[in-house]
Amino acid sequence: MSSESENAYFIPHDAKWPIVGSIGLTLLLGGFANQLNGSTSATNVMIVGFLILVYMMFGWFGEVIDESESGTYGHGEDASFRMGMIWFIFSEVMFFAAFFGALYYIRIFSVPWLAGDGSGASTNEFLWSNFEAIWPTNGPGDIGGEYKKMGAWGLPAINTLLLLTSGVTCTWAHWGLVANKRKQLIIGLALTVTLGFIFVGLQVLEYSHGYHELNLTLGTGVYGSTFYMLTGFHGFHVTVGAIMLTVMLFRSIKGHFTPENHFAFEAAAWYWHFVDVVWLGLFIFVYWL
Amino acid sequence: MTTVTESHDDHHDHGPAKGLMRWVTTTNHKDIGTLYLLFSLVMFMVGGAMAMIIRLELFQPGLQFIDPGFFNQLTTVHALVMIFGAVMPAFVGLANWMLPIMIGGPDMALPRMNNWSFWILPFAFAMLLGTFFMDGGAPAGGWTIYPPLVLQGGNGFPFMIFAIHMMGISSVMGAINVIVTILNMRAPGMTLMKMPLFVWTWFITAYLLIAVMPVLAGAVTMLLTDKFFDTTFFNAAGGGDPVLFQHIFWFFGHPEVYILILPAFGIVSQIIPTFARKPLFGYSSMVYATSSIAFLSFIVWAHHMFTVGMPLQGELFFMYATMLIAVPTGVKVFNWISTMWKGSMTFETPMLFSIGFVIMFTIGGFSGLMLAIAPADFQYHDTYFVVAHFHYVLVTGAIYAIMASVYYWIPKWTGNMYNEKMGQWHFWISTVSVNVLFFPQHFLGLAGMPRRIPDYAVQFAEFNMWSSIGGFVFGLSQVFFCYIVYKTIKGGEKATDEVWEGAEGLEWTLPSPPPYHSFTTAPEIK
Repeated sequence: MSSESENAYFIPHDAKWPIVGSIGLTLLLGGFANQLNGSTSATNVMIVGFLILVYMMFGWFGEVIDESESGTYGHGEDASFRMGMIWFIFSEVMFFAAFFGALYYIRIFSVPWLAGDGSGASTNEFLWSNFEAIWPTNGPGDIGGEYKKMGAWGLPAINTLLLLTSGVTCTWAHWGLVANKRKQLIIGLALTVTLGFIFVGLQVLEYSHGYHELNLTLGTGVYGSTFYMLTGFHGFHVTVGAIMLTVMLFRSIKGHFTPENHFAFEAAAWYWHFVDVVWLGLFIFVYWL
Repeated sequence: MTTVTESHDDHHDHGPAKGLMRWVTTTNHKDIGTLYLLFSLVMFMVGGAMAMIIRLELFQPGLQFIDPGFFNQLTTVHALVMIFGAVMPAFVGLANWMLPIMIGGPDMALPRMNNWSFWILPFAFAMLLGTFFMDGGAPAGGWTIYPPLVLQGGNGFPFMIFAIHMMGISSVMGAINVIVTILNMRAPGMTLMKMPLFVWTWFITAYLLIAVMPVLAGAVTMLLTDKFFDTTFFNAAGGGDPVLFQHIFWFFGHPEVYILILPAFGIVSQIIPTFARKPLFGYSSMVYATSSIAFLSFIVWAHHMFTVGMPLQGELFFMYATMLIAVPTGVKVFNWISTMWKGSMTFETPMLFSIGFVIMFTIGGFSGLMLAIAPADFQYHDTYFVVAHFHYVLVTGAIYAIMASVYYWIPKWTGNMYNEKMGQWHFWISTVSVNVLFFPQHFLGLAGMPRRIPDYAVQFAEFNMWSSIGGFVFGLSQVFFCYIVYKTIKGGEKATDEVWEGAEGLEWTLPSPPPYHSFTTAPEIK
C-alpha cells in the first residue's frame, strides 16, 4: 500500500494477532475465574493464557516495529498513534479516578457517617456506638485486627525521590534523542529503567514490611483495602512502564529512532510521566495526609 | 457535495481475502462493521429470547414455568446482553461502516486494533452466557450488580466480572479508534462543523466511553477483591459502604445511558432531513446540545439512588441537575420537528422508525423527568414505572434508531433495496405491539408493582397479560425483521448510488455497494 503514493494512509491487512490476543486473554481470565472458584488445575490454564498474551505482544509489536523501521508510516499514521496513546492514558487516568474516588468517599463520607455524623447517627448508636472517625481505620468491626499505619517519610519518601528523578532522566534521554546524542539517550534510558525497577523493588520491600511487621494487609478494613489497591495498581503500572522503557532501551541500542521519528519512545515517556503523577497523588493522599 | 468516485479504480488494492479467515483477520472497516452488526443482531435475539421467557412467566400471577432464581438470572443477563451485546455493538458497527465514508477517509485510523475491539466481544459474551451452566447459575443480582447481593452469587460471579472487563477493553479501544479516526482521517475541507451529525454524536459518545468504561472496570474490580481478597470497600464493618459501589457504578452508568442514546440522536438527525427534503434545522445547536447533554451526564448519577439515604443537599443537587438535561434534549426534539415543518415529507420505513423514535423517545424522556423529581421518585423507585421508562428510551429510542439506520443504509451496504412493504409492516406491527408491551407498565409501576419479581398480586394481572401479549408480538416482529435483512442481503431490487432522493452526504456519492476501500483518494468537500 505504502508504495502506491507518498501520502496514502497505511492500511494493514491480515491482522493475525488480535485473535491470538483474544484467545490468550480468555484463557488468562477464564483460568483466573476458575481458580477463584477453587479449581486446582486452573493455574495452568492461566499460565498458558498469559504466555499466549506475551507471544501476541511480541508478534504484534514486532510487526509494528518492523513497519516503523522500514519507513511505512508517515505523518498521518504518526498522528493517529499519538492521539491513540493520549486517549489510552486518559482511560487509565479514569481507572485510577475510580479508586481515588473510593478513597475520598470513604474518608469524607462513609467513615464519619459510621461514627454518627449526619444521617449516620442511628447507625452509630445502634450498631457501633463506640466507633470514632479517625483515619486510618479498619472500620467499626476492627476487620483484620490491630495494625500500624504505613509511615510516609521512610521508604515512600525515598520512592518519591526515585520516581521524580527517573522523570528527569527520562526527559534528559529524550533531549539526547532529539539532539542525536545517542550516548545520552542510552544512558538516560538505562538510568530511568534502573530507577523504575528499584522503585518496584522498594515497593515489594514495603509490602513485606506491611504484611509482616505492621499487620497491615489487604484485609485490614478500608485502610488496607485502599492502601494496597491504589499502590498495587500503581506498582503494576510502574512495572508495565518500566518494561516499555526497557524495550525502548534495547531498541535505542539497536539503533532505532531518529531525532524526527520516535513515537514509541515518546509514548513510553508519556506513560512514565503519567505513573509519576499518579504516584504524587498517592504519596499525598494515601501515605501523607 | 461533489466527489471523485472513479479515482480508486486504478489502485490494485487487495480485495477481501477468501474464506472464513477473511472475517477473522480483516482490518477493513466495512467487514468489521458487518461483523459488529451481525453480532449485535444475534445478541438482540438472545436477549430477546430471555425477555420472552420473562414475559411468559409474568403472563399471569403465580409461579408457572421457571423458578424465581432463574427468573432473576434472566432479568440480570437480559439487561447485560441487550446493553453491552446488542445496542453498543450495533452503534459501533454503524460507526465502523459509516464514519470513514462520511468523513471521506480511507478506513478507520487504527485498523488492527479495530479488529481486536470486535474479536474480544464473542469471547466476552461466551464467558457471560457460559455462567448459566455453572454452579449457582448466572449472576442474579440485577445488571447493576449491587453488593452485597451480587457477592452471594455462585461460580458465575468471577466470570461475569471478567466478561465485563473484556467488554470494557473492547469499548475503550473502539472509542479511541473513533476519536482518532474523526480527528485525523477527515478529507481536506471536512471541517468539524461540516461533519454529519452522526459523526458528531459518535465523537462525543466516544469521549463518554473512554471516560466511564474504566470507572466500571474499577468498580467491578473492587467487587472481585471484596469477594475473594478480603477487601472491605463495600462492607460497613470495615469502614466501607455498599452505597459507595452505587456511586461509582452510576458514575459509569449515567453517562452509559447517553452512550446508548447519543448515536441514536445522530442517526435520526441524518434520516429526518433526507425524507423531509430539507436541511437539518439548527445544525450547530444540535452539536452544542449534544455536548451539553454529555457534560451534564457526568453530574446527575445519583438520581438513580434517591431512596438510598443520601443527604438532602445531594438529593436536591442531583434532582435539579437532572432536570436541566431536559433543556438540551428539548432543543433536539424541537429541531427534529422543525426540520419536518413544511418539508416535502415521504414516509419510507427509515422515516417511519425515525418519527416513531421522536414521539416515543419523548414519552420516555417525560417519564424520565417524572422520575427525576426526588420526592416523587420515592414512590416510583424500583417499580415497573422505571422499567417502562427505560424501555421507552432504549427500545423505542435506541433500538428504533438502529432499525431506522439499517433500513436507511442497508441499500448502500448490500446494493439491494429492502422490501418496502415488508419494512412498513415491520414498523407498524412493532410500534403497535411495543406500546401494548410497555405502556401498561407505567400504570403497573404507579400502582406499586415492583420490578425484578417473578410473581405479583392479582390486581396487576390484567395489565401484565396485555404487556406479555404485546411482548410476544413484538418479539415475533423482530424475527420478521431478521427475515427482511436476510432477504435484502440475498437479493432484491438494485439500489442506485444515491438510494434516497433527498439524501445528502458522502456515503451517497459512492456506488451501492461501495468498493472494498472507500476513499483511497480524498474526496473534495465543498
